[in-house]
Amino acid sequence: MSDLINVKVTVNGMAYEREVEPRMLLVDFIRHELGLTGTHVGCEHGVCGTCTILFDGSPVRSCLLFAVQAVGHEIRTIEGLGTIDHLHPVQEAFREAHGAQCGFCTPGMIMSVLPFLEENQDPTEQEIREAIDGNLCRCTGYQHIIQAVELASDKLAEQRQSVKEGR
Amino acid sequence: METKYFGKRIQRNEDPRILTGQALFVDDVELPDMLHATFLRSDYPHARINSIDISAALARPGVIAVYTAKDMGDYWKPGPLLVPAPTAIPGVVFNKRTQVPMAREEIRHQGEPIAVVIAKSRYIAEDALADIVADLEPLDPVVDVEKALEPGSPLVYNDLGTNLASHVQQENGNYAAAAAQADVVIKAHIVIDRGIAGAMENRGLVVQWDPKSQHLTVWATTQAPIALRNGLSGILGLSESQVRVIAPFVGGGFGPKIMVFQPEEVVLTWASMKLGLPIKYIEDRQENFLAMTQERNQIHDAEIALTKDGKILGVKDVFVQDTGAFNSYALTVPLNTQTHTTGPYKVPNYYSEFRVAFTDRILVTPVRGAGRPYGVFVMERLMDLAAKKLGLDPTEIRRRNYLQPEEFPYRTGIIGQDFAKNILDSGNYPATLDKALEMIEYEQFIKEEQPKLRAQGKHVGIGVVTFTEGTGVGPYEGGRVTVEASGKVSVATGVGTQGQGHYTSFAQVVAEQLGVPVEDVRVVTGDTDQFHWGAGTFASRGATVAGNAIHAAASLVRAKILKLASKTLQVPEEDLVLENSEIHSATHPTTCIPLGELAVKANPSRGAVEPGAEPGLEATAYYGPPYGATAGGTVAMIVEVDTELMRVEIKRYVIAHDCGTVINPLIVDGQIHGGVSLGVGNSFFEKLVYDENGQLMNGTFMDYLIPRATDMPYIEIGHLSTPSPLNPLGIKGVGEAGAIPTPAAFAQAVENALADYNLEVREIPLSPNRLFELLEESKTS
Ligand code: FES
Ligand code: FES
Repeated sequence: MSDLINVKVTVNGMAYEREVEPRMLLVDFIRHELGLTGTHVGCEHGVCGTCTILFDGSPVRSCLLFAVQAVGHEIRTIEGLGTIDHLHPVQEAFREAHGAQCGFCTPGMIMSVLPFLEENQDPTEQEIREAIDGNLCRCTGYQHIIQAVELASDKLAEQRQSVKEGR
Repeated sequence: METKYFGKRIQRNEDPRILTGQALFVDDVELPDMLHATFLRSDYPHARINSIDISAALARPGVIAVYTAKDMGDYWKPGPLLVPAPTAIPGVVFNKRTQVPMAREEIRHQGEPIAVVIAKSRYIAEDALADIVADLEPLDPVVDVEKALEPGSPLVYNDLGTNLASHVQQENGNYAAAAAQADVVIKAHIVIDRGIAGAMENRGLVVQWDPKSQHLTVWATTQAPIALRNGLSGILGLSESQVRVIAPFVGGGFGPKIMVFQPEEVVLTWASMKLGLPIKYIEDRQENFLAMTQERNQIHDAEIALTKDGKILGVKDVFVQDTGAFNSYALTVPLNTQTHTTGPYKVPNYYSEFRVAFTDRILVTPVRGAGRPYGVFVMERLMDLAAKKLGLDPTEIRRRNYLQPEEFPYRTGIIGQDFAKNILDSGNYPATLDKALEMIEYEQFIKEEQPKLRAQGKHVGIGVVTFTEGTGVGPYEGGRVTVEASGKVSVATGVGTQGQGHYTSFAQVVAEQLGVPVEDVRVVTGDTDQFHWGAGTFASRGATVAGNAIHAAASLVRAKILKLASKTLQVPEEDLVLENSEIHSATHPTTCIPLGELAVKANPSRGAVEPGAEPGLEATAYYGPPYGATAGGTVAMIVEVDTELMRVEIKRYVIAHDCGTVINPLIVDGQIHGGVSLGVGNSFFEKLVYDENGQLMNGTFMDYLIPRATDMPYIEIGHLSTPSPLNPLGIKGVGEAGAIPTPAAFAQAVENALADYNLEVREIPLSPNRLFELLEESKTS
């Protein structure tokens, strides 16, 4: 076994520190060292997108990174959004539009959608399809996910509007 | 009937957990001192095991144990048949060869496990796989299902002397006589190739033997938790009450997760008992391609006999089915093909015969659709060929042959997967055709749009097919409904859930009966300590069979509530209303009692109760259908083929669907969408490619393509409802609806788009490459 390396990262605003093997994958670190099991693993080879997290704000596949590469970086996972009682608007939209079936792809899907909706506040259906093209889902045929993203963009617009009006 | 919750597009109860990352999947289970297992799998599809040296692996720090089949002693034996052979069919041949825990003397498919490493971490366990020295002697593999049945083929089982696993012949009427009288007889050779189920969550298992309590707990990604519990307790020599199987959130099933007695389950429960420590095994995606069960390889020689005005006189279909190295799941898949081929049509004479062959490939068990899509594919291709030959519009020839709404129940005379002669309970196929044609604007498309686009050089085509889906088969399911002191209701049932929304649809059924909000009904599925009778989630039967059982239990609880409330409130039962979690008098609404309070009264802590009284507002009930309910529908699809890049774009996809009464249309739509995406995959993307040595060439998501968001059309759904007369709720299943008709509609649409090429699609899946080859062939022919 190789020597352990000290990994300090910020995840969902919390600082964590662990000693891990240099070869430990970031997704295993998040799931099994930190116990944040909302991030899933569907292929371990960078294709399915279920392991998508935000890495300094950008969506990345955490199965393709080592934990040591995250030292000093900011990570956001699905646990960093809303809670069961107070869903984030994107989560709310997924619920209302039935965007999740088994829910295995869902956290990765939402983490891909989040930065996309920041960049593109009023996307077309085709733009949404392209935005989630790197996230595989076997349950939904994507249709309700696309509708959820459309709904989420409305909800976020409303939220921005009410912030602007100081409500 | 006026309903409050039933039939409504209600948001799902399970979603807050799923959407916040709090839903527990098997790989999320962490236990103290938990070990991790990985399996050494054969690279050869067929080989003799000379020796396996595990000493170096055992010496690696962090490795706790390494086992091969030999270490398992008498515990090693082939598993049981999961589905019996259909002895109800006269003359059936069935040579049983079931899956073994790990290969002992002979390896029979690539990916078959030959050793297991159990270590302190998954990383160490995988390192140790490389330490194992396996001396394997390759044997000639049996790869091609047709060649497997030719004389002189290498044998998967030498002792059997043949690769023939089964032979079944069924006939209704007399096809030969019908064909002799026919004006036309059309023949087609049709090939359907293998694909995967491809749930996003791979298989997983956590097993925990607790020596102190003598109790085994298993978390498993299974569609059949009760069958797994009963099976494991049997082979481990434990009482059923000592084993608890939990199927927590499961990340998609689609068929293969119904399979029990897989090597990993059998080996790791045994190992956990031996070591006295919990063990986790999570399959990786490559293993999922190499070791998870698969489906879809059949080769048909089919023919149809008709009168000159397009009336079907008979259909004959002779096919071979690949079962892989084992036939643990018996004949469910080819029997489904047999019963679904004639589908929505009146076929007075039908002869169907199949041979099943062993090959050195992964064993075949049902995958969403489960044999039905190819029956439909074969029949619909025959109908298309017949339409062409007779100069009829494809929709017209179908219309002339549909079973009519008044002809139900209709007996086809063919024995199906439930070993009974198939009966179609109800349906209205012409109405689904009308609806689909109206939605896709058929007349307008073929008369105006298509000629216009063709004139612009575009290859656009339309396909219209009708299908049936046998659903909701027996034997039975059960449910227990309990009103708690809080006024909330808990429901337990044996079926597991893999995303179908049972936590919500079952809650709707109960909420309707008991007058409580849907979110106050907590449903537990797939935990054998909560409910231990039932068969599992397969054949689109969850909502139909378990839904009706839960409805029956809720009705019993309702009766108990009315009786007790009437006594308590001194109001006749007929005057009582259950709503907003209370019971009140309709005439004097202030005379009321909260449901929770009544539940407490039903469970007194002191004093005497009437003789024969049962405590609590609780009831358990079961439901077993006399036979399955048949759903159906019509799909219409418009495609455009790019003959340069060989891309096929699905421009429009319309499905007019009838699954009887619907509990939650939102969920039903989602089920259809998902089924369609598998159907699209099976049409144009998903084919497992094996080379002549039996090596899988595309075992990653990089090489084996499942549809992405940009590959999928927008799906337009039209709902029709012919309630099933078989069950009180009138429900039919819907889980496989989208998968079944899509390849057939795709083939017809592509052919229609390429009408000037005279190309015939007699195989599925296609791919850009294959389409290119077919186009080239059609140019030279
Ligand atoms: S698990 Fe990372 S992309 Fe599939
Ligand atoms: S919801 Fe199951 S994979 Fe997307």
